[in-house]
Amino acid sequence: MDETLTNHLVELIKRASTDLPPDVVQALREAKDKEPAGSMPANTFETVLKNIEMAKGAATPICQDTGMLVFYVYHPLNTDTIAFRRQVEDAAKTATQNILLRPNAVDPVTGKNSGSNVGINAPYVTFKPWEKDEILVKLMLKGGGSENVGKQYTLPDSRLGAGRDLKGVRKVILDAVFSAQGKGCGPGTVSVGIGGDRGTAYLLSKEQLFRKIGSTNPDSELAALEDQLHEELNSLGIGPMGFGGKTTVLDVYLAKQHRHPATFYVSVSYICWAYRRKAMTLKNGEVTYHD
Amino acid sequence: MIKLKIPISEEQIRNLKCGDTVLLSGTIVTARDAGHKLMVEEHPEFLNDLLAEGVIYHCGPVVKKEGDKWSFVSAGPTTSAREEPYQGKVIESYRVRGVIGKGGMGKSTLEACRQHGAVYFHAVGGAGTLIGQSVKEVIDVFKLEEFGTPEAFWVINVEDFPVIVTMDSHGESLHEKVEAASRARLEELLQK
Repeated sequence: MDETLTNHLVELIKRASTDLPPDVVQALREAKDKEPAGSMPANTFETVLKNIEMAKGAATPICQDTGMLVFYVYHPLNTDTIAFRRQVEDAAKTATQNILLRPNAVDPVTGKNSGSNVGINAPYVTFKPWEKDEILVKLMLKGGGSENVGKQYTLPDSRLGAGRDLKGVRKVILDAVFSAQGKGCGPGTVSVGIGGDRGTAYLLSKEQLFRKIGSTNPDSELAALEDQLHEELNSLGIGPMGFGGKTTVLDVYLAKQHRHPATFYVSVSYICWAYRRKAMTLKNGEVTYHD
Repeated sequence: MIKLKIPISEEQIRNLKCGDTVLLSGTIVTARDAGHKLMVEEHPEFLNDLLAEGVIYHCGPVVKKEGDKWSFVSAGPTTSAREEPYQGKVIESYRVRGVIGKGGMGKSTLEACRQHGAVYFHAVGGAGTLIGQSVKEVIDVFKLEEFGTPEAFWVINVEDFPVIVTMDSHGESLHEKVEAASRARLEELLQK
């Protein structure tokens, strides 16, 4: 085991668990400013922002649900990914011992919590080879409450009058956020995978969560729908924690991939306001952390 | 701002209205999915005195152990909806006066609150570090080995734990109101 690499990965986990990215904090501040001072949503945002400050100062988890660890590792072709995976597992164990993570890996058959965040396919690590001579590690901590409000739709959906086109996609996303109400710790950020099979549709939606709030989709048609949905979802008035208010979502991300002629899946993932993601680059033995 | 000490009498609970901000102090017990299932299926007696006129907290904390002493590091609420099948029965059988969680609960819990004199207290989800600081002491823990850290029954002393009443004992639910208003808007948008 490369102890230095383990330490870097533990530091990455620490940053993700205790320090929210600046784009998310900024979006939450703006949401607070839109509410009348002293109102229930304004007070809620104030509590949220105070908690973010306190967690950063004390280096304690922003939220006790430190989520499932989702890693994406972009690496040169000659990287030993089997060894790298062991390093990630080692870092997860250490970070759990250091109280940066709650033990969140449970065997679904025996009900036993592994106590270390390590288990079958846990942490979740995806390796992607690339041509650069550096390793980029992206990490997201995704809480269970927000994961539970995610939904996969099959178009057409007759209940919602949603057909097999972008208009239908819009309708099911509206329904997903309505159904979530406050249960996913809103305001959430909504990311959607359009097309693919049942598995890849969700993967595509999750990967979008590495985008930054306010970033523009390179596909102009999807960019326009993102803007429209952002406004329409906020008009639902669900607000922070479902207390009612002007901000129901912080942002909306859409992505597409080709589908089978017979299938049309729309996978909607939702991440809570505690939208924890960080990254680090390893190059020539040097490490750089980023948001 | 209303300050309440646990145990809470039925009269004190009946005085609370949806929207009230409350600071809770006293002994509360955490319970999540495994705990609620156990309370309904086996009614463990060790909880009787702790929950009579007491408060349940839907929470799976991040904890620290120094020597023999446990403490809470981060301890916000978990989603309460998962306990909906059990909560009404738990309120009735243990004479619980308050349930702290997030996201609100459904009709059977609201009805149990009305019948037996209890309320749903909403804490700010995700505010783990902030709420963790109102937990002053871990008194005991049950079923830690069997259920694991998040699901165990943690008996804790809290001081000025900040919550908002979002379901009261008179049949009012903020969650029902927000859902109805957002449903009306959703239906307009689906027509477009």
